Amino acid sequence: MITIIAPVIHRRVSIVAVLGLLGAVAVAPSAALADETENAPPAEPAKVELVLDVSGSMKAADIDGKTRISVAKDAFNTVVDAVPETTQLGIRVLGATYGGDDKAVGCKDSQQLIPVGTVNKVAAKNAIASLQPTGFTPVGLALRGAAQDLGTGGSSRHVILITDGEDTCAPPDPCEVARELAAQGTNLVVDTLGLAPDEKVRQQLVCIATATGGTYTAAQTPNELTDRITQLVERAVDVPAAAPPVAVTGTDVCEGAPTLTAGIYTDREKFEEHRFYRVVVAEDQELRASVSVALDRPLQRDYGVLLRAISTDGRELVRGTDAGSGRTDVLSTGLRYSGAYAEAEEKTDAERVVCLAVSNSFAAGAGAATAANAPGMPIELSIDVVDASPAPDAPGLGRGFLLLLVLAVSGLVAGLLAGWLTRWWVATWREN
Amino acid sequence: MRVLTVLGGAAVVLGLAAPAYAAPTPTTDTEVTPSPGAQTVTKAGTNFNNAAVIDAGQPVEVDAATGEYLYWSFAATAGQVHDIAATVTLPPAASRTGDQAWTVEVFDGLRRRQACVDGVQSPVAKTADASVELRCTLRRVRSWAEPWSGDPLPGTYYVRLSITEMPEEDLGQPAKVSLLVGATNEGTSADDGELAAPLNPVTKAGAVNAQPSAGPSGAASSSSSAEDEEWNWDWLPSLPKFSARWFWTAGGGVLAAIAGVVGFALTRRPRVVVR
Repeated sequence: MITIIAPVIHRRVSIVAVLGLLGAVAVAPSAALADETENAPPAEPAKVELVLDVSGSMKAADIDGKTRISVAKDAFNTVVDAVPETTQLGIRVLGATYGGDDKAVGCKDSQQLIPVGTVNKVAAKNAIASLQPTGFTPVGLALRGAAQDLGTGGSSRHVILITDGEDTCAPPDPCEVARELAAQGTNLVVDTLGLAPDEKVRQQLVCIATATGGTYTAAQTPNELTDRITQLVERAVDVPAAAPPVAVTGTDVCEGAPTLTAGIYTDREKFEEHRFYRVVVAEDQELRASVSVALDRPLQRDYGVLLRAISTDGRELVRGTDAGSGRTDVLSTGLRYSGAYAEAEEKTDAERVVCLAVSNSFAAGAGAATAANAPGMPIELSIDVVDASPAPDAPGLGRGFLLLLVLAVSGLVAGLLAGWLTRWWVATWREN
Repeated sequence: MRVLTVLGGAAVVLGLAAPAYAAPTPTTDTEVTPSPGAQTVTKAGTNFNNAAVIDAGQPVEVDAATGEYLYWSFAATAGQVHDIAATVTLPPAASRTGDQAWTVEVFDGLRRRQACVDGVQSPVAKTADASVELRCTLRRVRSWAEPWSGDPLPGTYYVRLSITEMPEEDLGQPAKVSLLVGATNEGTSADDGELAAPLNPVTKAGAVNAQPSAGPSGAASSSSSAEDEEWNWDWLPSLPKFSARWFWTAGGGVLAAIAGVVGFALTRRPRVVVR
């Protein structure tokens, strides 16, 4: 079109016209891109609930001469003062009301002090001030309650558990409860803070934190406790850039596996289990897949994860693998696969399917009899299908001193030949 | 004389182009320094999804608890060499009961482990140590790589700082972490190819499709009859991107022309001999 018009109009005008058209072409895709990103739904606010143990043992005055409960109250007041207006924060207590000896009653003692929402600072502080350490320590019950308080919505849900004592109400074992809550696939993370340097408490809190991908802190001074709770709340309200993943269940063979499009997914995988998913990759596209397995239970020292891309006829296309040993939170790997390398012929979507197989080499650790296989370790799978990046062509131009030498020598030879030919031709012409 | 000037000019041009191909300099001895005016980051993520975003040259100062897994992410472009330096101020020696094996690990946008080519990546802090220093120099980020390779590519990179071995009694004690990612640009060659999209993490939620359709793939290259009738200009070479190769090739042409003239001149019989 441009080339037809150009000769007709004045050259300078035509250049302007061409530049204008180019500009329009350049602007159009970026505008479309902007629309796409703006149309994304607004991120839901993150929700946080502080769970405070107000059991009888909190009366102990062993943190810099102050009682545990007074230190915790000070810390809570500081946090309530410091949180931004928009934070969705709630407070739950356990062992706060029943002072009797009946375990059956005492182990049902957990209430929501402040509902999850934007914080009314005065009301919150009054409620905190009224707390008196009294009863039992039903940690498991409180965790279940906190998960309910936070609801199912929200981009991320955090529980910050502050306790000084071992759960006195098991069963349910709080660690089992934490694992069960995490398995519900609702992005629940439990951060734990231990107020007493006790081995059993630490083991239990570490177990809860590990099961949900949270952190464990041993708070030894009032300042440490305040700073840590503030930091945990800050982290919790930081909405991650990624949307909450979609739960999917892979199959143990490629046939009939769920077909995934670009996006992030979660699944669960037991020890020695294989999970298959399918992705359609066109000839001019590249598949990018990555998988992360969270180590949410005690495991043997060495472990590994394997992600393979397999064609529908069972041929392995490419694999990603990672292994490690010692403590870690997540083991992940990824792979790229370009559809351009498949045989270039007309294929249907069904023939362009790539199977992704996730397998692991984890084994249950010592003393983890209860950390049985079910419900499997959490997997996060991310799939992306982008344009393929073809291999670069051999360059048409050369470089280096060898090139210069070859060109110079061939020029010299050509010049000499031309000179001799000319001499010979002139000589024969003279003779005739 | 004129020949010399031309050659001199070519040498100057080549000299300008040459540093781009210099071998990467070892970086262990050099200090990673924050870029002037960079704001200190005071947070860290706790998993891949909420990794705190930092820029190269931006210092990180964060309070942490031992046993925590701390994540940061930074963006890399082709030609960059990143150097990660971290210092951990450990909890008081009196409250620790054993050695701690710290490690700094780097993953690319697909969460594939990236090798450190230099630096103490996994030091062990003895019980008496007050602090521990970690260092990791990454490979140069390439502009393109085979899908099968694990070469570093442009996109997001994750840094994870953690303890791999420690006594369980020492979990959850306060530590201070300072970290800095330094980047130097060593350039890429124009003929290294280009990645269609950087390796960035996927942020949208997934959607499970029904069975894949049996119809022809929409994205497959379609050759309609209308296109076949048009003139095909594919045989024309596409113009390579501007690079030092243009200077080398053009300079070679000039040299060849000069050598040709010189060669031609050599065959002229000297007049002295004719007489």
